[in-house]
Amino acid sequence: MAHIQVPEGVPGIRSLVMFRPESGQYLYDLAQVLLRGESPLSEAERELIATYVSSRNECVFCTSSHAAAARYLFRDKKQVVDVVLNNYQAAPISEKLKALLNIAGKVQINGKEVLPEEVEQARKQGATDRDIHDTVLIAATFSMFNRYVDGLASFTPTDPQAYDEMGVRMGEKGYVLPTKL
Amino acid sequence: MPYIPLEDHLPGITGLLEYRKDTAEPIRNLTQFLLRGPSTLSEAERELIATVVSNGNACRFCTNAHTAAADKLLGECDTTKAVKENISTAPVSNKMKSLLTIASQVQQSGKAVTEHSIQQAKQEGATDLEIHDTVLIAALFCLYNRYVDGLSTVTPADPEFYNGLAQRIAKGYQRLPQGYDHLKKH
Repeated sequence: MAHIQVPEGVPGIRSLVMFRPESGQYLYDLAQVLLRGESPLSEAERELIATYVSSRNECVFCTSSHAAAARYLFRDKKQVVDVVLNNYQAAPISEKLKALLNIAGKVQINGKEVLPEEVEQARKQGATDRDIHDTVLIAATFSMFNRYVDGLASFTPTDPQAYDEMGVRMGEKGYVLPTKL
Repeated sequence: MPYIPLEDHLPGITGLLEYRKDTAEPIRNLTQFLLRGPSTLSEAERELIATVVSNGNACRFCTNAHTAAADKLLGECDTTKAVKENISTAPVSNKMKSLLTIASQVQQSGKAVTEHSIQQAKQEGATDLEIHDTVLIAALFCLYNRYVDGLSTVTPADPEFYNGLAQRIAKGYQRLPQGYDHLKKH
């Protein structure tokens, strides 16, 4: 049971933004521009960062839904998502993306944890200013979303199929504010 | 030194919001709505939530900025000092103490919010909307604190800087229509 009276049976953040669409619209605007807008990182890579941070925050709803979106966007390379969640150092991804995931993991703990040498390492692997900026902002944004979703104890479906459907929707349509049922 | 090139005359969050304006817009809109929009919590109370969370995350820029904003809105400096030291003995209402407690739990993790602290807030008269907004403000400042410190932005040491910033944010969080070039030192 959620801590406040949100629409019943609606999962995760969707129930919260239906309770308060006035703030919800800006949350969806932010997710859309950050994860689907112009960026040197691919949509799949950005969803992977979101998934990784959510996993570290143990937010099951956000981890499962963004993992599903990332799998959809990685297409025939979708197995990479679960390898990253298990141990990104062993994943078949670029050294640049590994360095960015390292930074995202530090942001998840606290902004101050990001060290100059870690940023330098990302640059050595080819990361640009915008790669670094977008990684930090995605990690910070999911530090917000994860707290919002779990801080109000919103409904977390346990059926994996529910997340597969969400992943397809997020991959195809992006982040569109849900309206009342 | 920030990790990415930001304008020298815009320390802390402002340089970041000017660096990427398309992401800044929804962040600014959300902040304006949550901290300055219609609410049964006063603007000062909402700034106290921002202050307590930023202080918990040890983000000096945000703590200084929102302390200054709350001080300005309250017309005194004792309350911000007290809530940062100990919520339970601070000179705020019992409802506010319970909401600040929830905000502190959100600062640690969404999962750290207890059923007990929610019940406590409801017993003190907090509405669902107030609990919702408290959690979302606390979560939003977990974003801000990480954005500001994660890119190693500059934290001015001069208290006068934060008084100037408080003047500006007391009026609101929207981007100034004329931009920020007037803040450049000639």
